[in-house]
Amino acid sequence: MIIQLDQGSGGRAMHELIDDIFVSALQNPLLAERNDGAVFEIQGGRMAMTTDSFVVDPIFFPGGNIGSLAVHGTVNDLAMCGAKPLYITAGFILEEGLACSDLRIIVASMAKAAQEAGVQVIAGDTKVVPRGKADKLFINTTGVGIVPAGIDIGGRNARPGDLVFINGTIGDHGMAVLCKREGLAFENEIQSDAAALNGLVELMLDAYCGIHVLRDPTRGGVATTLNEIAEQSGVGIRLFEEALPVREDVLGACEVLGFDPLYVANEGKVLAVVPQKGADAVLAAMKSHPLGRASCLIGEIVSDDPGRVFLRTMIGGHRLVDMLRGEQLPRIC
Amino acid sequence: MKYLDEYRDPQLAKNLIERLRRKAFPKGEIRLMEICGTHTVAIFRSGLRELLPPQIKLISGPGCPVCVTANEDIDRAIWLAEQPGVIITTFGDLVRVPGSSSSLHLKRSTGADVRIVYATLDALQIARENPDRQVVFIGIGFETTAPTIAAAVQQASELGVRNFSVFSAHKLLPPAMRTLLDAHEVKLDGFICPGHVSIVIGAGAYQEIADNYKVPCVITGFEHLDILQGICSLIDQVESGRAEVENRYRRAVTWEGNSAALRLIDEVFEPVDCTWRGIGPIAKSGLGFRPGWKMFDAADRFSMPDIRVKEHPGCRCGEVLRGVMTPPECGLFRKVCSPRDPKGPCMVSGEGTCGAYYRYHKDSGQSSVASG
Ligand code: SF4
Repeated sequence: MIIQLDQGSGGRAMHELIDDIFVSALQNPLLAERNDGAVFEIQGGRMAMTTDSFVVDPIFFPGGNIGSLAVHGTVNDLAMCGAKPLYITAGFILEEGLACSDLRIIVASMAKAAQEAGVQVIAGDTKVVPRGKADKLFINTTGVGIVPAGIDIGGRNARPGDLVFINGTIGDHGMAVLCKREGLAFENEIQSDAAALNGLVELMLDAYCGIHVLRDPTRGGVATTLNEIAEQSGVGIRLFEEALPVREDVLGACEVLGFDPLYVANEGKVLAVVPQKGADAVLAAMKSHPLGRASCLIGEIVSDDPGRVFLRTMIGGHRLVDMLRGEQLPRIC
Repeated sequence: MKYLDEYRDPQLAKNLIERLRRKAFPKGEIRLMEICGTHTVAIFRSGLRELLPPQIKLISGPGCPVCVTANEDIDRAIWLAEQPGVIITTFGDLVRVPGSSSSLHLKRSTGADVRIVYATLDALQIARENPDRQVVFIGIGFETTAPTIAAAVQQASELGVRNFSVFSAHKLLPPAMRTLLDAHEVKLDGFICPGHVSIVIGAGAYQEIADNYKVPCVITGFEHLDILQGICSLIDQVESGRAEVENRYRRAVTWEGNSAALRLIDEVFEPVDCTWRGIGPIAKSGLGFRPGWKMFDAADRFSMPDIRVKEHPGCRCGEVLRGVMTPPECGLFRKVCSPRDPKGPCMVSGEGTCGAYYRYHKDSGQSSVASG
């Protein structure tokens, strides 16, 4: 066996790779939980820690670049643990020949993104590799944050009866990057939704601290993320087709290219699994935040079909919504 | 998507389903074949199968271009990928289709230069950017893709691009429909004719099938209302003993088809006998280069060795493609064969019947969501 591209695209193949090689060799209970970050006890509280690598191609895309994306992605992984993100480190792998002016712009947008998200970049590393041994630049980050007392968020916590919310339209980031990369022009340029979600999440947790699961549906999209939650929690998830928010231009691009928005990456979206008694408060909090104006209910947790996600179609039929298979969109983050 | 909303109106769809459910079906089961993979997927995605009355059986047909590409053609494409200096270009799904012992995907992982393009002209562009390499486009597809490939070939000729060629495994759908009916393997009461192919060949192309075989043919679009209306028309025809061609996709399909596209095909290609995976050889069902365009024929440019094909012993793609059996009836389905490790082409393609069943079919706990 050799590594194939689809093993990096966030779907089933990547999960099998992670289980087969990493989780089994590294044998760690926190790692085995397979959340976006790990939460552990330290003296006087709990800390969340995460790491992420960014290889997006092209490095500049409508709505962001690899630098701002690195900060947003890392901040979001921490926010999805219910943590308040504090510090980030960044390692850069630069390809010989990269324009300094590009690097300058990218690092400046990192600084801006970090400032807006209220995190500090406190350590870094830089390596340069010969031309062709990397593609322009890759960034690896680590992020740490503090988890306030009384919060227990994790992919294993979804329970039948819970409701599933999202803070806006799906598939924007993946289609923005793909259209840019392939030089596809539709009427308007599709903008990535990349954004730091910690402010929004903080409001949601203030409104109701008993939220069960928070996840950002990045690679593999909403479908893959919900499958992860269904598997981790041993529950079924039912989505409502008519409720899924998709921008018209994203839908149009998806139709032309044969993609399903449910599998297209997001970088500024959060899926929240909330017990019914907190649902109204959480939805109201989401809608009060600029990144959550279009928040809505898209599904529910059920006890049937544990580990699987179904969609109730507009006409009342049902279909299985599986994890992403194959390399739908490589290198979107 | 405002334009499409009128074809997605859920209430209208529910009304049509109700109408079908109230029917008595005096003639018993009615078996309709959706020829084209795009319809297969659309039907699954709308969850339509479980909503139809049990007397209406929808059978998936051979209309997924990746699925019907003969094993020897996949092997030839793989052989081409192994030739030094060759860049293979093709559309997405084909790269994962297993040939006798490998796939383009595996070849790429071990160093072959295989590139996925979204349009044939992109392949031509790659040829222009790499004048010292041979760029081969693996052309698969039905009447829909053939015109774009003919156009690319003509453009290559005008621009004098000499390092570009096409390996043509194109197929024509009406001959396959006739072959299925001639074989009498499955009882078919009507065809849901392909939408995209019909845009090119026109609704008139099915007249001869309706007349000679007394099987109604209805052309529909891909929204759930399109498909439901198509099914209603077919049921009406069957119940009243008619066999006509009905165009229920008038917003895209004309009776004559797209004459410019047909002319393009005709200028570059001519019908040739060709082999369909799972069905076998069908006379005049493929497209080969006309003598004047042979210099762009990859089969001519490279002297390919004789290929001896080996099918996966358990794979029942042939029966699936002919509508004789459904994927869950195949012993390998889900157990050994999955989109991740496909044993046959029907599992690879996004439009393949096995892949569609795998991805969308709710094959357990049927009752548990019926209440929703
Ligand atoms: S399930 Fe797999 S092995 Fe069986 S017919 Fe389909 S593709 Fe072939």
